[in-house]
This record gives sequence, C-alpha cells and structure tokens, in this order.
Amino acid sequence: MGNIFLIMFAAILTENFIFSRFLGICPFLGVSNKPSTAFGMGMAVTFVMTVSSAATWAVYHLILEPLHLEYLKTIAFILVIATLVQFIEMFLRKYVPALYGALGIYLPLITTNCAVLGSALLNIQKGYGFGESVVFGFSSALGFTMAILVFAGVRQRIEIANPPRAFRGFPILLIAASLAAMAFAGFSGMSFN
Amino acid sequence: MEIVITIAVFLGLGALMGVLLAVSAKLFHVPVNEKVNEIRACLPGANCGGCGYSGCDAAAEAIEKGEAEVTACTVGGAEVARAIGAVMGVEVGEVKRMRAQVMCSGTLEAAAKKYIYEGAADCAQAAAIGGGNKLCPDGCIGLGTCAAHCPFGAISIRDGVAVVDHEKCMGCGVCVAHCPKGIIKLIPFDSAHWVGCMSRDKGKDVRAYCEVGCIACKMCERACESGAITVGDNVASIDYSKCVDCGKCVEKCPRGIIWSAGRQSNGEFVIARKTK
Repeated sequence: MGNIFLIMFAAILTENFIFSRFLGICPFLGVSNKPSTAFGMGMAVTFVMTVSSAATWAVYHLILEPLHLEYLKTIAFILVIATLVQFIEMFLRKYVPALYGALGIYLPLITTNCAVLGSALLNIQKGYGFGESVVFGFSSALGFTMAILVFAGVRQRIEIANPPRAFRGFPILLIAASLAAMAFAGFSGMSFN
Repeated sequence: MEIVITIAVFLGLGALMGVLLAVSAKLFHVPVNEKVNEIRACLPGANCGGCGYSGCDAAAEAIEKGEAEVTACTVGGAEVARAIGAVMGVEVGEVKRMRAQVMCSGTLEAAAKKYIYEGAADCAQAAAIGGGNKLCPDGCIGLGTCAAHCPFGAISIRDGVAVVDHEKCMGCGVCVAHCPKGIIKLIPFDSAHWVGCMSRDKGKDVRAYCEVGCIACKMCERACESGAITVGDNVASIDYSKCVDCGKCVEKCPRGIIWSAGRQSNGEFVIARKTK
C-alpha cells in the first residue's frame, strides 16, 4: 500500500511528466491559453492514460512477453493506444454524450501524445504490476493536469504583460515554463528510499 | 521462422484492432443530422465566436435546432444566411452587413489624462482603476483589449484610440463584448457618418477635459432633416434606420466630432472629421 502512495507522489511531484520528464510539451504549450481548455485537456489525458496503462500492460505481458517480442513494444503500444482512444471516443459519444462534449476535441488530439506512450513504456521499464501501472498512469496524468493548469494561470498574466518585443509570444512562454520546471526541480531533493 | 511469428502476431493484432473499431463503429453509431453538416458547410469556419456560440460547429447545431436564427453568422453576411436559409427551408430577407465602430475621437493630444497608467496592457485592468486613465468616463482607454480579441486583426491603436479597419471588419461583435467601456458599436457597414463620442457628461465638463467631446448643443439635431440624429443623455447619436447620409450634421457640429467615411473621386477611401 505504501508503495502505491510512493508511486503517486513521485509521478505527480518529483517526476512530473512535464517539468522533469519533458513529455507532453506539445499540449502543454498548445492548449494552455485558458484554464478551462487546459482543464479539459488534463481530464482527457487522465482518462486516456489510466485506461491505456491497463491496456498496454495487458498487451505487453499477455502477448508480447510470451512470444519474446518485447523489442516491438513501441509499435504495439502506438497501435493499441490509437485504437483505444478511437474506441473510447465512439463509446462515449453513444453512451455518455455529456462527457464526450466536455472532452470534445481533446480526445482525438491525444491519440499520438508522447505522454500517453511514455507512461506505457515507463510502466514496463519500471517493472510495475497491473495495479501499479494503472496507478502510475493515473497519477502521472494528474501531475500533467496540475502542471498545465498552473501554466494556464501563469499564461493569463503573461498575455497582458509587456515583455520586450523579441520575447513576445512563445519565447516568453518557454522561459516561464523553464522557470516552473526549475521550481519543480526542488521536489527532486526528496527521497523515499 | 521468428520473423513469420512476428509478422503474424502484428497482423493479427492489427486485424483485431481493426475489427474492434469496425464493430464498435456500427455498434455505437450515433445518427448525425445531415442538416447540421450541410449548415456547417455553409458557415465560414473562422470559429470567431461572434455569434455567441463556441465555434461554427456549435453554431450549426444551434441553427438546426432552431435556437439560433439562420442569420446568426454576421461574418458570413447575406450570402451565408441565404445558403443556410436554403438548407433550412426558410426565406431570408435582406441581411445588412455590419461593422464595428469605436465611438471615441479622444486621441492622446485631444483628451486629458486623469493619471499615468503603467500597469498591464489590458483595458479591463485599467478600467478597474478609476475607470481608466482618461478623465472622460466614456473615453477609449487605448490599451488594445479589443484589438487583442479581434479574430480578423481589424483593430489597431492609433494615437491612444482604437481604430477599426472598415475593410477587414466582419461585424462579428467580439470587440463589442470585450470593451470594458462599452464604446464600440455595430453600425451598418455602408453608413458614412457616425458620432465619435459617447461621453454622457454635461457639456461644460466635457469641454474641460476633451477637445473632441460632444457638448450636447443639439446643432446636429436641428440640422438633420430626416430626424435621424438626436441628443439624449448629453450625447448625440444617429438612428441608422433614418439616416440618409446627407452629411448636414457634419457641417454643423462645432466640435467636429461627426466623422465621415467615403470614397473620393480618385477611388481613395478617406475617413475624416471636420477640423477647426
């Protein structure tokens, strides 16, 4: 049980997907212009990452491992995740239209997101069991959501600030993101071993 | 042999996924109203949000349901309204193209300042501090919040006042919603005259802080033969359903704040006001 909490804590803070692993930077910069859209993206990522952690664990341990095809896990995972997202989208559209409307365009956007694939590959690399994999996927996505929400708040202030001309737009965003990442580096001092 | 197994496994996996998606596509099929797609195809696709919906998709759905008028898209204008009307089976009357107009002439030299503002470049923030840095309670703050929100890049700040480019403006009304002073109005696209002031202060006060403010002298009201221009709440305003663009008010205005826009004989588009 304690192990589960360690995994959650590490995934959210010390090994945050965005600020220390630099995964999922594309949606982080792309859809963080408003807190509401950032939250929508975060929820979609959380949903998909949790389900895909479970699915890819099953594919790896039930299909790839027995057949000694571990070296092809990246391709297999891309296939599984893409299918899964499509499937979820169709399912939600039919049975949970409210959630479908809320996740909207964000679901198809994360079909090929590196954070989702990253969590699947990290699960294997760390040798997590099924439960641990799901928890890792879920809490990594929570970390992602937190990071993108925090940054959306920062961005609201940047937008009305008046930086030097050369820094306007993306340059100042990248600087702000790097400052946030440095702040998060402070968590890496914590050790749980 | 190994390669055969690998290929077989991945072919199998791919086929399985394909079948799964194909089956679920049938199983979870949601009938989409064809009309929505047709309406969506008619809309411009700028997703500006001027109609009040989150984008063209949402607008198409609302039009299909009857929640929005077929003329909801101001950007598309008459052409789009007619196309949507054809889809919906509704006759569309005349649709007037509108454009946004900032009703302030108080440039940096003309309008006196209340204080020096050095905060963030956002009109709403400046407006929260004593209603902005101009002494006039209804003057353009000029920090460009409208320009930042304009989906068509039609607004620029000149001499501390927002100016709308007539050619670029699509009349979507996004700027009208974002102006904290409420001094941007939608007027008919081809109207040649407008009153460049919305100050509701008394004439004496306006005179004290702005060279180009309406003092409510009613000279324009008397000059207008069609009864289109009236003074109320200490400021002149034009009723565009009556205005015939004769330009008599322009001549009479002692403050020179009634603007005229039009093409000159050499084809040049000129926007000007009478200067003393």
